[in-house]
Amino acid sequence: MIKKYSVKINQKVHQVEADENMPLLWVLRDILGMEGTKYGCGVGSCGACTVHLNGQAVRSCQLPISALAGTEITTIEGLSAKGDHPVQKAWIAEDVAQCGYCQSGQIMSAAALLKNNPNPTEEDIENFMTGNICRCGTYTRIKKAIQLAATK
Amino acid sequence: MKKTDSNLSRRSFLKVSSLSGGGMMLGISWFASAKPVESLGELNIEPVWQEVTSFVKIASDNSIKIFSPNPEFGQNVMTSLPMLIAEELDVDWKQVEVEQGNYDPKAFPRQFTGGSQGIRMAWKQLRTVGSAARQMILTAASQAWNLPVTELTTANGMVTHAFSGKSETYGIFAAAAAKLPVPKDIVLKGNQSFRLIGTPQKNVVAPKIVQGKPLFGMDYREAGMLYAMTERPPAFGMQLKSFDATAAKKMPGIVDIFQIKVYNDDHKFAGFDTRAFNEVIAIVGKSTWDVMNARKKLKAVWEVAPEKKEMGQNGQERTIPAGLESTKKHYAQMLEMDKKPGKIERRDGDPEKAFAEAKHVIERTFTAPFLAHNIMEPTNTFAHFVGDKVRFVAPIQIPDFMVPSMVARLGIPKENISIELARMGGGFGRRAYGHYMIEAALISKQVNAPIKLIYTREDDVSGGTYRPMYQLTYRAAFDENKKLIAFHAKGGGVPESPLHANRFPAGAIDNYLAESWVIPSNITIAAFRAPRSNFNAAAEQSFLDEISEYMGKDPIAFRLELLQRAKDNPVGKTNDYDASRYMGVLELVREKSGWGKPENAGKKRGVSAYFCHNSYAAQVIDLRVKGDQVTVDQVTTALDCGVVVNPEGAKNMAEGAAIDGIGNALFGQLTLTEGRTDQRNFDTYRMIRHNEAPKKIDVHFVKNEIDPTGLGEPPFPPIFGAVANALYKATGKRFYQQPFAKQLS
Ligand code: FES
Ligand code: FES
Repeated sequence: MIKKYSVKINQKVHQVEADENMPLLWVLRDILGMEGTKYGCGVGSCGACTVHLNGQAVRSCQLPISALAGTEITTIEGLSAKGDHPVQKAWIAEDVAQCGYCQSGQIMSAAALLKNNPNPTEEDIENFMTGNICRCGTYTRIKKAIQLAATK
Repeated sequence: MKKTDSNLSRRSFLKVSSLSGGGMMLGISWFASAKPVESLGELNIEPVWQEVTSFVKIASDNSIKIFSPNPEFGQNVMTSLPMLIAEELDVDWKQVEVEQGNYDPKAFPRQFTGGSQGIRMAWKQLRTVGSAARQMILTAASQAWNLPVTELTTANGMVTHAFSGKSETYGIFAAAAAKLPVPKDIVLKGNQSFRLIGTPQKNVVAPKIVQGKPLFGMDYREAGMLYAMTERPPAFGMQLKSFDATAAKKMPGIVDIFQIKVYNDDHKFAGFDTRAFNEVIAIVGKSTWDVMNARKKLKAVWEVAPEKKEMGQNGQERTIPAGLESTKKHYAQMLEMDKKPGKIERRDGDPEKAFAEAKHVIERTFTAPFLAHNIMEPTNTFAHFVGDKVRFVAPIQIPDFMVPSMVARLGIPKENISIELARMGGGFGRRAYGHYMIEAALISKQVNAPIKLIYTREDDVSGGTYRPMYQLTYRAAFDENKKLIAFHAKGGGVPESPLHANRFPAGAIDNYLAESWVIPSNITIAAFRAPRSNFNAAAEQSFLDEISEYMGKDPIAFRLELLQRAKDNPVGKTNDYDASRYMGVLELVREKSGWGKPENAGKKRGVSAYFCHNSYAAQVIDLRVKGDQVTVDQVTTALDCGVVVNPEGAKNMAEGAAIDGIGNALFGQLTLTEGRTDQRNFDTYRMIRHNEAPKKIDVHFVKNEIDPTGLGEPPFPPIFGAVANALYKATGKRFYQQPFAKQLS
């Protein structure tokens, strides 16, 4: 059923009209035109759509708009004003990206990891990041970038 | 206020007319067309861009814009191709801004992503582009200063007259240079003079990628755009009988639902026209979610399709068999085919006699399933059909392949097709098959609106074009001294054979036989990061490992011995590899991995080497196995791809190839039951994940002055063999069937 919702994304409140089951992923991409958050699987298995919900990494393809009342969402567009979050800078320093499609999700996962665990072990990184697939195979660079960001 | 300038812009075609050692003379033929020069901003204080050639624009403030012609899918040509131009243009890389060129065969002679040929084909061509523009700047400076060109030098985007101390930016001369005729003969730098080529440079698009900027086809949107999906048969071997869209059309946001036919019945199929299903139902609506929901209400009736014929462009008819195929049955059929005589592809010496007289024969059969591409960005395209023109924003590897098919299907001239090349979220061969562009155009035409066609992940996995299923049986014959006297390779697949009859170890063994066979199928296949090679390397390199063990030889020493033979006294004249370069990567990987060194004695390691796409790669992998868990400690890669343009990007490619290869070797499989794929999304299709990636990857390049050869594909195939060989060390078991992890539990 189509309803009116107000959602707080990147510190700004947006009013949207959408089907109650519409996942946040499609609200962001199709309604709000914020396309940094990517569609990869729609079933919570690839991590391409990762955003922060109250600071925690979540898969936006699994989050219906009706469940967002009172929450704060951060997307890749809101991670930093100028693309200078330590994780983003580390991603550039380690030249991580190949095609780049998975990287918004990888970066959002990594940022959430470091927020809750500022000095992760290699194993912490591997375990936390396991939900984010990269077909191009940039995993070793991602790990190095997270380790670099952790020193900042 | 828009400033216009009447300069002629130069649309160029470059042709290498003659090549000689040392400085290279390259002839150029240029095409000119009048086009106003682009100006930025409102007032004249903004830089004014001068289009010096179709590849190079220079602004009055000395900013340099270089267009990257090839579609980008993560191979990082947007960095490495402009580096070639910037090198000869003699500008500071920091001045350069890179832009993706749109599809424009007049402006850009080669816009092709596939076969690891990007740098190889551009090596002289794009350096010529840079050199030509530099020469035009020099001529303009010499005219302005009234000084002979020979007294002027360039560096970092500056022209200098050393004698008088005069020095100015390129930007000062750009307007005059843009009016000049284009030089006919171009001299390129010698490799020793490179200042940029060979230095590690970061991906120029990285700042946008890390901010999630809308770079991909999937991200494209414009006012009034509708969203479209297609409903297709649930299984290969089925087709649409009828459908009832009454309920689906009543769903919120739905604009229209109708049937489309991708190709007409009399279509002459070109090599890259492959598509899984020809008749599909298009659902068009106001958002992706609306369309997804309406799809569920669609009542379609599917039926088993009869045998079909497709006419090829070459005049050859292809039969697509009827039936609902299953993986289990395919494996049984492949074993059957192995028993029958195959088509002889190569025969050296007298293999039959050698096998008959052999004291010992080792025979092994290797198999691999279909693989889905799993490009992270699902298939999509934006299209807007207006009148007799269509405009695309498309992720497409080789637009040139699709244009003739679009002309045939859409009935419009090729000049009426415009394609903006979107960054691709992966390709790996999948996006060389652009049927989705035709689908998008047909849908846009029907609804008379701009549309974005999107495949869901399930659509991509279950209705794709796959890496074929393969099988290879190798036989090796030995005399009483365990000397290898004959070799037999017999390979086939569903529906193509992987065999490369003239590749190693052909040429190294006196008695050699190669045979192939195929099993026709209605399951659609495509190129997939080093097609055929990615299976051959797994099979051949495991088999060589096993026979070297029987012979009591070190696996690297044994390969080198064979290659030495192929180098000194090759058997046959059609061997398609360079034995010296092959040996070079094996020697380098032996050194860099510390192969055979006492400190590595306890490691479970496997080695493998392969040649494809004009390049050579060898890998050593160290792994551990606990239960069904494989932990990869290290991969050491040695690569010979000639001169490396951007070592940073090249390393990233080679690392990715190793990870991607390990993943596909251990887990990759697409299986079918009654025509339906058993995997439909990443919850069932097992991809390699962070915790399974190697802890460390080292990449080493053979240093030489050979013009660049391929890079994207060559480091992918050998890792499959290295994984199998290391798994043997770790478990004592040989691995003949992919995916290997299945046999660990
Ligand atoms: S799109 Fe949400 S996890 Fe894959
Ligand atoms: S960079 Fe391409 S999927 Fe991760």
